[in-house]
Amino acid sequence: MAAVLSVENLSVEGRTPRGAWVPTVRGVSFVVEPGEVVALIGESGAGKTTVALAALSYTRPGTRIAGGRVRLLDVDIFALDAGARREARGRDAAYVAQSAQAALNPAITIGEQVAEPMILHGVASAEEARRRATELLARLDLPNPSELATRYPHQASGGQQQRVMVAMALTCAPKLLVLDEPTTALDVTTQIEVLKAIKDVIREHGSAAIYVSHDLAVVAQIADRIIVMKDGLVVEEGPTAEIIDRPKHDYTRELIGAVKPRPTGERGAAAATAQASLLEVRGVSATFARPSLFRRPGLEANVLQDTSLDVRPHEVVAVVGESGSGKTTIARVIAGLHPALSGEVRLGGRSLAPRANRRDRDALRRIQIIFQSPDLSLNPEQRVGEAIGRPLELYFGLGGAKRAARVAELLTMVGLPSDYGGRFPAELSGGQRQRVSIARAFAAEPDIVLCDEILSSLDTIVAAQVLELMRSLKATHDVAYVFISHDLATVASIADRVVVLYAGRVCEIGPTAAVFSPPHHPYTALLLSSVPALRQGWLESVIAARPPTQAQTGVTAPRDVGCPFRTRCPLAIENICDRLAPPARHTPHGQTIYCHREVEELEAAHA
Amino acid sequence: MTAAAETVRTTRARQPLTVFGAIGLGLLALNVFLALFGSFIAPNTVSALVGGGAFAPAHDTAFLGNDYLGRDLLSRLLNGAKYSLGIAAAATALGFLIGMTIGFSAAEVRGRFDTAITWLIDVLLSFPPILLALLVIAGLGSSLPVLIGTIAFIQSPRVARVSRAVAMGIAALEFVEVARARGESLLSVLAREIFPNSLRPLAVEYGLRLSYAVLFMSSLSFLGLGIQPPNADWGSMVRENLSGLYYGAPAAIFPAVLIGILVLGINLTVDWLSAGSDQRISEELR
Repeated sequence: MAAVLSVENLSVEGRTPRGAWVPTVRGVSFVVEPGEVVALIGESGAGKTTVALAALSYTRPGTRIAGGRVRLLDVDIFALDAGARREARGRDAAYVAQSAQAALNPAITIGEQVAEPMILHGVASAEEARRRATELLARLDLPNPSELATRYPHQASGGQQQRVMVAMALTCAPKLLVLDEPTTALDVTTQIEVLKAIKDVIREHGSAAIYVSHDLAVVAQIADRIIVMKDGLVVEEGPTAEIIDRPKHDYTRELIGAVKPRPTGERGAAAATAQASLLEVRGVSATFARPSLFRRPGLEANVLQDTSLDVRPHEVVAVVGESGSGKTTIARVIAGLHPALSGEVRLGGRSLAPRANRRDRDALRRIQIIFQSPDLSLNPEQRVGEAIGRPLELYFGLGGAKRAARVAELLTMVGLPSDYGGRFPAELSGGQRQRVSIARAFAAEPDIVLCDEILSSLDTIVAAQVLELMRSLKATHDVAYVFISHDLATVASIADRVVVLYAGRVCEIGPTAAVFSPPHHPYTALLLSSVPALRQGWLESVIAARPPTQAQTGVTAPRDVGCPFRTRCPLAIENICDRLAPPARHTPHGQTIYCHREVEELEAAHA
Repeated sequence: MTAAAETVRTTRARQPLTVFGAIGLGLLALNVFLALFGSFIAPNTVSALVGGGAFAPAHDTAFLGNDYLGRDLLSRLLNGAKYSLGIAAAATALGFLIGMTIGFSAAEVRGRFDTAITWLIDVLLSFPPILLALLVIAGLGSSLPVLIGTIAFIQSPRVARVSRAVAMGIAALEFVEVARARGESLLSVLAREIFPNSLRPLAVEYGLRLSYAVLFMSSLSFLGLGIQPPNADWGSMVRENLSGLYYGAPAAIFPAVLIGILVLGINLTVDWLSAGSDQRISEELR
């Protein structure tokens, strides 16, 4: 049988802002056989998406094909006219984008959107198309497909939207499916379900697929072959097992080295000294709902519900949980950016005002925050020196040459050339910008740095370097971190204590080693088991080990009474978990688990 | 540390000059030149009678002919430039000062203040602008400060609304959050974080408002409420010389064409600027 896709010596050029064309993909060749899943892997800017899009003969604005040939089902796709190309797209080859939220039309129901390609390509009548759309939704394990089809995209969860995109791509039974980081934006627990749905449906259909990803562990679950790209070149290509177990190229080894070990409780227990707390968060509740004149928002609208945590001097407390768990809101409450409904934040024994503009300068100085996105956390109109110099001026009254000298010092401290002060953020890479944000926070000589997902928008290798920087800064400074992350492996490697949040409530809190080893809160157990492992077959084994109740996704339970996790919990007890707030259970390892089950029962669940 | 090994994005992009952008800038530059130096290069004064009578065709002392009183049309056009462009530019600048202050504050303070401001803007926007201007000028009489103040007042709610929307988008960004958490004052957040980042989108709005102000000023003058005789901006000159059209005299056409050229110049420049700012926003805020 002929190859589904053959890319021969493909070169793509991109336009710089100055108008010059520079090569972004250089002489890439590969073949996708029928039914085969080929992964394109590499860091951002490696050209993997560009190559994947070229398979559909699509070039993003500002890029052009400079040479080579792409044959889709033995047709030279570049030689086709625009009309024929349109025909081929969606019918012969279909595309699944990274962000379903951005790719789905918010004004059309899910059913109509999935049916549309079949009607456009004349594959089925409108009625038939709608019926088949519902069928496809069912095959992607989407709950209650006929009802889902009548909903609008925003009424479905992120994981559901992503599966809807896959269903849409499969409508015309394409021979080739191009998946561009389809699970990157999802939580690990959701990622498993989407990954499994994608894998099953590709196998059933027998379509070939190109799977673009930066995550080797994810790719290991789904790909037959892996192509490693760097700077627009293919550096290594081979069967999945080969690449993972016997990488030949240095860069591949570097990528594998950057895959974090799965979180375990092996890290030495932190010195649980009885030091006085530096920061205390006491019974904080917060909401995004705005109180109207006539009605106070109910408890169910709360993103944080009666949450407490302590940070001791020079300690790293990690806050983990899925998106929507309220972990970012906790940081914002501590920083005074989001006033709490009730509860209080105390710093060094003193109660802090809920809003930053009511706090005194010293309290503000002692708490600094670093945000997730290096693109948005620096003012694009301010030079790096100004950004770092501002806290020096505000808190210490430094100016002129003294300030410039300190800025240079701080730049060196975060591993940047000391003369970068004159640059604008746009002239720096993502990792460098994140270092500037770190320097800005440390300029205030803080006691506590709130790190809100500071690694999650960086490439794996860069993220590892930034994490190392945070670790070395902690060793040289008297500073504590509140480390907010969804990435358990990172947390396991840096945190002294871990707080697990679910739906705005603390499920479990304790020393890192204790939290990451049994007994677990059922939610912690789910999170831990969902972290992909870098070995083939991991996906199947974890799905097989999982009780069927966990197929449900999304937080649908009203959050006012009972345990918020009960609808997804394999150990839920009827008539108890949905009625009563879970009691605190203390384990001998110093952790506290909020669950109706006894510690022994939780322990037994892992036996 | 291998931070320096990461790829560095190229320096900040400059918007390349397009053909229409160049035409727009050229026309605008011509108008600015006329506004600045028009009075000095004018061969005659605005009120001198140059001979030949009303609506006389071009002759030695009046290259574009005479106006309805027998004065040199060219000199009057050259003198009018500073009123047409100057008043519009000053009024728009004042309108932006008021509107941006109000809009930015509303966006940053939020809450009840924002609600009240939004409501007030809606009320002001519901008045027909020309009617509002007629009321004010009828009450206070027409003078340069009154004209500038009236047009600025009419511009400001629109500017406030746009500035508020622009500032809302910026206020939600993380670097503004960092500034708030650092304890910066309201004024500092507005001036350091929001203002510099709003300039590009608002420059486009300034151009649009400016061409609107030129037309509005011309309308007022055409109605006789603008610059008072013997001085005249181009709008008043259209009105004065309108009767000449019956005799086939082009005296009313020239000022009308100049108004058109000025507005066209502004609009072409704005189009060019906005194409640049759209591209830049998508690149920087990706």
